[in-house]
Amino acid sequence: MKAKRSRFLLGMLCFGFAFLYVPIILMMIYSFNYSKLVPVWGGFSTRWYTTLFQSEDVWAATALSLKIALLNATFATMLGTLAGIALSRLHSFRGRTLFTGMISAPLVMPEVITGLSLLLLFITLNQLIGWPAERGITTITVAHITFSMAFVAIIIQSRLAGTGRDLEEAALDLGAKPFRVLWDITLPQLAPGMVAGWLLAFTLSLDDLVIASFVSGPGATTLPMLIYSRIRLGLRPDINALATIIILTVTIGVLIAGWIMIRQQRASAQDAEHT
Amino acid sequence: MTQESAYPWREEGATPFISIRNITKRFGNFIAVDDISLDIYKGELFGLLGGSGCGKTTLLRMLAGFESPTSGSIIIDGADMTQVPPYERPVNMMFQSYALFPHMSVEKNIAYGLKRDGVARDEVKDRVADMLAMVELSDFGKRKPRQLSGGQRQRVALARALVKRPKVLLLDEPLAALDKRLREQTQFELMNIQDRTGVTFVVVTHDQEEAMTLSTRIAVMDAGRFMQIGEPAEIYENPATKYIANFIGSANLLPVTIGAKSNAAYEVQHVLSQTAFTVSSDQTLNAGDELTLALRPEKILIDKSPLADYENQITGIVREIAYLGKISTYRVETPLGVTLEVTAPNQVRPKGTGHRIEWDDEVYLGWNTDSAILLKD
Amino acid sequence: MSGSTLGNWLQSRWQSIVAGIPFIWLLVFFLVPFFIVLKISLAESLIASPPFSKLLDWGDGGLPSLNISIDNYAYLWEDSLYVRTYLNSIKIALICTVLCLLIGYPMAYAIVRAQGTTRYILLLLIILPFWTSFLLRVYAWMGLLADQGTLNSFLMWLGVIEKPIRLLYSQFAVYVGIVYSYLPFMILPLYANMEKLDTSLQEAAADLGAKPMAGFFTVTLPLTAPGILAGSLLVFIPATGEFVIPDLLGGGNVLMIGRILFNEFNSNHDWPVASAVAIALLIVLVVPMMLYHKVQAAEARRGT
Repeated sequence: MKAKRSRFLLGMLCFGFAFLYVPIILMMIYSFNYSKLVPVWGGFSTRWYTTLFQSEDVWAATALSLKIALLNATFATMLGTLAGIALSRLHSFRGRTLFTGMISAPLVMPEVITGLSLLLLFITLNQLIGWPAERGITTITVAHITFSMAFVAIIIQSRLAGTGRDLEEAALDLGAKPFRVLWDITLPQLAPGMVAGWLLAFTLSLDDLVIASFVSGPGATTLPMLIYSRIRLGLRPDINALATIIILTVTIGVLIAGWIMIRQQRASAQDAEHT
Repeated sequence: MTQESAYPWREEGATPFISIRNITKRFGNFIAVDDISLDIYKGELFGLLGGSGCGKTTLLRMLAGFESPTSGSIIIDGADMTQVPPYERPVNMMFQSYALFPHMSVEKNIAYGLKRDGVARDEVKDRVADMLAMVELSDFGKRKPRQLSGGQRQRVALARALVKRPKVLLLDEPLAALDKRLREQTQFELMNIQDRTGVTFVVVTHDQEEAMTLSTRIAVMDAGRFMQIGEPAEIYENPATKYIANFIGSANLLPVTIGAKSNAAYEVQHVLSQTAFTVSSDQTLNAGDELTLALRPEKILIDKSPLADYENQITGIVREIAYLGKISTYRVETPLGVTLEVTAPNQVRPKGTGHRIEWDDEVYLGWNTDSAILLKD
Repeated sequence: MSGSTLGNWLQSRWQSIVAGIPFIWLLVFFLVPFFIVLKISLAESLIASPPFSKLLDWGDGGLPSLNISIDNYAYLWEDSLYVRTYLNSIKIALICTVLCLLIGYPMAYAIVRAQGTTRYILLLLIILPFWTSFLLRVYAWMGLLADQGTLNSFLMWLGVIEKPIRLLYSQFAVYVGIVYSYLPFMILPLYANMEKLDTSLQEAAADLGAKPMAGFFTVTLPLTAPGILAGSLLVFIPATGEFVIPDLLGGGNVLMIGRILFNEFNSNHDWPVASAVAIALLIVLVVPMMLYHKVQAAEARRGT
């Protein structure tokens, strides 16, 4: 009975992972296909990589996306950290209910709604105060910060919920004033959470198509917008090549992060054993 | 059927109720339980005592059916249970964490096992009510576990395990989560309930006092093996090893060399100071053997004036006193080069200073030939 | 301002600063935009820039007159296309949520039962797609499902079919795409919930005579209900408003509200109708979103 259940679980695990990974792996294999018709194998070739590297549009879009992602990650981490601290350490302030609602809503809000509403805001603001003069990098960044800070806030909040208030109370007891405690104790404790939040915000921004499509103006094309405009009409071998590069880069990054995480896990497990 | 003895384990040929035969359990390279055998008799309250990682919990989990032994067999009431899954064993367990289902009321928790057995609804209701009455929680049936105190939860866990009228009840550290006062009170409740229901209890504990109070017999475990099995008094008075002598209660341990034998007593010499003592022992020992003399602190008499009628006597200076109310513990520096621990009842109220033993007082220590024992390892 | 005055100011006002900055940001860039959408959805569409009438008009006599029109909503209600699209979106999202649950629950359970490093590696494999581009993962299915794609070639090679069957640009492709993209969102909350589950509860059920199936339905399933709820909402809500997947995998055949909204806005430039579509979508989703907020808050409370 036990063995039967284990076999069922193992089967589901294999099926699930195959479902998640087979399409990606096939897409990567076909990026080395000579044929212009993506699904028809015409021999091994790296010609699409060459095409890709010669495409100025791709370089420009990549540069723009990275710039937005960097700006977004940095500001979203700052705002999200403040929001996370407010949520878990300040328990009674006016508008707290509204605040928690506004933090958790962007996590599940359909992108089309966020995109539409932000665009209409930018148009209205432009009419009222003349800002933003044109839509592009600024509007996309502001839009990205708005939804990514919610993700950062949740990470920070769960980290703070996990660590007790002992350290903060010890600092207060030793004579540090509340703001000092925040600066000396709370923020350093949050550093790993902030790094995780920054990385997540960076990725969310690089990944976003819908919101950027709404709030961008003519002349500002992010990488997902470029990819989308090309694949709308069907398969494109150069996009397979681009996808392979992006996915490999991310995978290596995540694997390094994961390796560090597992090592830390082991180290702390060993520490726990020794005490 | 013959009259059941109160001490079946003392009798030759009595039929054991639980029979553990050559059980071994390996986890990878780690041997948690190492080829042990044990017989437990009907109506016993059997204690498995040992430190953490000694294998006692693994043994209990094998009795419950959560782990299957690598080799060996478990027989309960004549039926081989080794391969029977937990849900088909006539055995129930009280978990250390109590494992009360947080989404069910107290009543539903207790009724859970009966419903699984397909007991008729009316009977379930009656039996749950009976159990609630027994653990004095009749007014708490509708509450959720999180609305109860630690002691109340413990009683619900007990009721839930007992309502199925198991042949054996397994208790994993049943009192560990309670505070001291409640623990003492609950100990007696447990014994009382065991007595009334007649169910065989197997209790795992790391607390030697708890094991001594509760158990008909105790098995002391270390590194996956039994070091000694016996009645509490037997283990206390005749510990098999130094480890047990120190684990159960405390003992002064002196390395000695065996000398001449006279009557049933041996002449022994303290290795460090060459001081001679006499110790009675029914073991066969050879002159020159190196053994350990174990002496319980309460078996030593302490006085400010010389003692009569004690075969073994030494002097010493009191270096520390711990006043514990009904008794005091003294640490006495002796010419042996070791400090001995001695406990004595506080029989007189200390009004004057005349009779009372104070710090740095010179005192006389004495004990009888049969107060100490000799241990081989 | 000297250093110490700044210090004193921070000291006394720090709580307002910590809560205030993100609060104001969200107010301006998250809450206010909704009211603008609401306002525009109540306006009339004009061929002008901006292409809608003003809500507040200063009439000839200097008296303000309010132009509220529910025409856009009436239009949505009367045109059966919109109603059908809403219903279809909800149906697709619901079915995909159930499919994600059926695949994700055993996977999360298997991961929780794995030990040590294996567990972390499996978890990492679940999180990995989460970090890689959503758009590209949808694109990967285009290659798999195309008429001459891998799946068709494979089936023909097996001899199951003789000529390619229509997989891409169908309702089926949309289901596959949504389940595929949102599966990690189901697994992660389930994993977080199951990880906290005390295994002695399952053992207690077995000890009390529950066979594995009975133990699962009476103990494990009820105790993992919060995880099921959180995961399901994380799949259902965004899937209902999904735009990319129906657009790329569904072709013109699959009606989903996210696509209608996008097209209404970008192709037809009918801002008031697009706004009305958005508000109507929000009304459909407000109950699940509030539910999610409650689950989230309960989880945060349990953490402290």
